[in-house]
Amino acid sequence: MSVVLEQIFQVGFLAAIIRIATPLAFATLGEMFSERAGVLNLGIEGIMLLSAMTGFTATSLSGSLWLGVLAAVLTGALMGALHALFTVALGLSQHVCGIGVTLFSSGLAYFLYRLIFGQQSVPPSIKSFETLPIPVLSDIPVLGPAVFNQFSLVYMAMAAVPLAAFVLYRTPWGLSVRMVGENPRAADSAGISVIATRFQAVILGGALMGLAGAFLSMVQFNAFTFGLVSGRGWVAIALVVFGRWDPWRSAGAALLFAFVDALQLRMQASGLGHIPYEAFLMLPFIFTIVAMAVMSRNAVAPSALLKPFRREER
Amino acid sequence: MFRLEARTSTPAWFNLALPLLAIGATLVLCSGLIALAGAGVIEAYGVMFSASLGDSYAITETLVRATPMIFTGLAVAVAFRAKFWNIGAEGQLLAGAVASCAVGAIPMPGPLAMLLMTVAGAAAGAAVALIPATLRVRFKVDDVVSSLLLNSVIFYALMALIEGPWKDSFSGYPISPPILDSANFPVLLEGTRLHLGVVAAFLAAPVIWFLIARTTLGFRIRVIGENPEAARYGGIHVERVLISTALLSGALAGLAGVGEVGGVHFQVMSDISPGYGYSGIVVAMLARLNPLGVVPAALFLAAVMTGAEAMSRATGVPAFLSDVIQGTALLAMLVALLFTAYRVRRVGAAR
Repeated sequence: MSVVLEQIFQVGFLAAIIRIATPLAFATLGEMFSERAGVLNLGIEGIMLLSAMTGFTATSLSGSLWLGVLAAVLTGALMGALHALFTVALGLSQHVCGIGVTLFSSGLAYFLYRLIFGQQSVPPSIKSFETLPIPVLSDIPVLGPAVFNQFSLVYMAMAAVPLAAFVLYRTPWGLSVRMVGENPRAADSAGISVIATRFQAVILGGALMGLAGAFLSMVQFNAFTFGLVSGRGWVAIALVVFGRWDPWRSAGAALLFAFVDALQLRMQASGLGHIPYEAFLMLPFIFTIVAMAVMSRNAVAPSALLKPFRREER
Repeated sequence: MFRLEARTSTPAWFNLALPLLAIGATLVLCSGLIALAGAGVIEAYGVMFSASLGDSYAITETLVRATPMIFTGLAVAVAFRAKFWNIGAEGQLLAGAVASCAVGAIPMPGPLAMLLMTVAGAAAGAAVALIPATLRVRFKVDDVVSSLLLNSVIFYALMALIEGPWKDSFSGYPISPPILDSANFPVLLEGTRLHLGVVAAFLAAPVIWFLIARTTLGFRIRVIGENPEAARYGGIHVERVLISTALLSGALAGLAGVGEVGGVHFQVMSDISPGYGYSGIVVAMLARLNPLGVVPAALFLAAVMTGAEAMSRATGVPAFLSDVIQGTALLAMLVALLFTAYRVRRVGAAR
């Protein structure tokens, strides 16, 4: 056990937590915005995958990393708009549409990737982002190199959390989002367009999911691989519940999950006894389920979540 | 401007026309991707059709592939009827496969082995489905998320088995030891893979239809799905029915795994299911949650999956097109369903 403890307080371990938490933080914030407006987005897993593919492809073809990030964000926003079209404009079942969006985007991601790159024995890769040390701060012992010598997308994730909190709690638009998620009828009476606000929130959420996908294919793996997302989207949905639909708590949940995941990776590497490595791979998912069981008792979801809004009815 | 207006009644022919309409729309939409890949649309769909339904062998292959999707489709249809959002059919299928594989390796008379494999597989699937149902009933955990996350847990458990104790020590491949020859499901047609499980799947659909449409449990399931408050008021023990639904749904998904082990692969490997659990959702929706509709819906998707590989070889269009078709079909069907409840009305320049 002391071996494990020793490893926790290492630069590499802290950096690993941050690296694992970054895509989760983007995805969790994205899902949170969507759900705060009353729309569950189960398309997240597929949206992340498709965005990872378009981001990687755009960079691979153009040589520009930021163009790739842009492509991923636009892809995410577009797929968010698709989900909103079905669930908000047409009022269809959010559960089933989300699964539909995931199946569709995953299929499309694999299809287009194979179409563009063909079947190659060595998968193509890109030159990834380089770390960007922040002067002075990166000199802080242990914490500095782990937290302040990171990739620009990591800093963006760090900035996204307070920004999301500000937008949600301190801007008129954030108020609209919360209102259409809690009481769409009241929001409608107050002159807020429920449909428009929900569309905007789901599209913003999709864009953030796109960033999560971009991080996976352009920073973490430098390649697009099959099963790249491998359940991270589903985990993000659970983290929103765990984080009680709050940006800070959600980010905290992402960090906690990343801690468990990083620990799992370390334990796997240290070859603890004869435990199969799959047991460690399961750990984060089991942890999430248990955490949800503990948290769900007093977690209060936005009251209009899953409920379509039609002006004419009732 | 157009507006959606609630229908007071739905024409009967809609029930049949809608899935066909959705499938038609899907094929038209996906033809854009075929054209993008630089192949002839008619040619590509033609190859798909002939490779899945063109001759008797192709038809048997499609039937074999439809079998697990009939079971997962029934599993999802039953669950969704009660608004138990079981997205975990994939994991339940894998659990069923593992359990039946374990039983099938034990020496015993063939018929007994097949019977016990079936029971064990169904029980394993049911046991997995019981987890999200219990979490929902006892702890109010969202069943969508918990059943989704469980898919990953079960998958890694399967991997641990086939890379650990079950690993083929001779070849070193992560494949379980095969079940005994005597436990292999009998082949119905010499020279094909048409096995006994295919018949079972086709029989299961009317049985489940009867259960949903004509029994007390089925009635309770439907009432809970339509109006849980009314169900509770009417004296239905909602939690108990949800648990029963989950057990039934999981058992059906588990049977999908049994059929794959007993009739197709005779062992367990990491890719024993190419996502049959998720396909089950598409099948169930195309069938409008009607157990009888599950059969043609599964046959359609099976034909697409069987035909896609041949199409890929012949025209170079990536076989992943079949995945896109599945997703598009699901979305198209959802839009089509909208027309059962609403009609599109042209309105003047309303705001």
